[in-house]
Amino acid sequence: MSRYQCPDCGYIYDETEGCEHEGYPAGTVWASIPDSFPCPDCFVREKPDFIPVESSKTNTK
Amino acid sequence: MSQTMNKQPTLETELKEERWSKAKKYWYMITFIVPALMLASAGLAAYTGNGGWLWSLVVVFYVIIPVVDTIVGEDPYNPTEEEEKELNSNSSYYKRILYLATAGQWAALIATTYVVTQYQWAWYEILGALLSVGSLHAVGLTMSHELGHKIKDKGQVIAAQICSACCGYAHFNIEHNKGHHKDVATPEDPASSRMGESLYKFAIREIPGAAHRGWELEAQRLKRLNLSFFSPKNELLQSMMVTIVAYGLMTALFGIMALPFLIITAFYGWFQLTLANYIEHYGLLRQKLDNGRYERCQPKHSWNNNFKATNLLTLHLQRHSDHHAHPTRAYQVLRDYPEAPQLPHGYPAMMALAMFPPAWRFVMDRRVVNWADGDMSKVNIDPAHKEKMFHRYHQPEVTA
Repeated sequence: MSRYQCPDCGYIYDETEGCEHEGYPAGTVWASIPDSFPCPDCFVREKPDFIPVESSKTNTK
Repeated sequence: MSQTMNKQPTLETELKEERWSKAKKYWYMITFIVPALMLASAGLAAYTGNGGWLWSLVVVFYVIIPVVDTIVGEDPYNPTEEEEKELNSNSSYYKRILYLATAGQWAALIATTYVVTQYQWAWYEILGALLSVGSLHAVGLTMSHELGHKIKDKGQVIAAQICSACCGYAHFNIEHNKGHHKDVATPEDPASSRMGESLYKFAIREIPGAAHRGWELEAQRLKRLNLSFFSPKNELLQSMMVTIVAYGLMTALFGIMALPFLIITAFYGWFQLTLANYIEHYGLLRQKLDNGRYERCQPKHSWNNNFKATNLLTLHLQRHSDHHAHPTRAYQVLRDYPEAPQLPHGYPAMMALAMFPPAWRFVMDRRVVNWADGDMSKVNIDPAHKEKMFHRYHQPEVTA
């Protein structure tokens, strides 16, 4: 599962969590999120602006 | 010799700035003082029988604040990164001011409605109350705006809904965040004014346009969630219910005259927001890129002002460029961008100016042309005035 970050406010879209409030349930993969998806915190960046977050394996036990 | 002469005032200014940065924390309470003042004026009007008190907020907004701005001048304080951390870590204090003020807004609205409906007043005294409560709503919407941007904090989001409900503007927060911030300074945005467009023409486009966009955005969200539009999770309906219950109760308790009073003041509150939207992006335009998307909103796409008194009153809304660049930044950390386009005066004075379209255009049109370096193709122009504007101002080569 991958994570993508808003370059403005730092919000992270995590595929495992999805974005329930906006109607994208947990497990929704990034590929099925529409291009018009705005950052659900700041709303000034959209999906194409998001940056993939390198999955750091340090946190996984 | 001259060096030492120069040094002293600099030191003094620095000290002054430092003192101001510390005092500013307490000055934000002006947000709470506005509803408190309304409450006190309503009480004084009832107690003394002098309806002149009902004009209090109008006088504060359009006379006292602009005069104080002119005398006191600009706000030099821009938090450094270190100070910003401190301001953010102390955010519960700044939040609490807004929570308290939200309660104050409702208290002031209820008290003024009571005083207006339960005592005998001349028409011009009631007019004062209508305009004062309208100004109260303007401050309320500014607070609601601040709270509504803090999406991650459930408490602030709920406070924003309650605060917007005060003047029945349920769709404000969703419309503003998801609509206005996304489309700002483009012809598609009903909440960005175009050069040549009068305030009144803008109001006719903005008020229904924003309402439609707000409800539409919430309908789309509910559809993605497979919920009915009338679901209790509809955040606009939630806010609207607060308004209906509160206005209904006041009408039941204070009599039928409470209803037109509440509706007219609410409408005037909306109009105050329209005024703010009108002055914030007048004529400014983001360019469309080759990929069909608009360039990112930059500091140059918002009009700013940095006067001290109105910065406090508007929770730094006048530092509008920073706000649009980083909408989640809290009001106490917003920075001034001196290189961004500047309004000649604070919001209240500019809002008063906007009510007289020829005066507004006399002051602002030249500023828009200068902003675009004389290239009118870079300006958000009202299509009805396009030809005339190009003929009068388009001189890209000369000024470039």
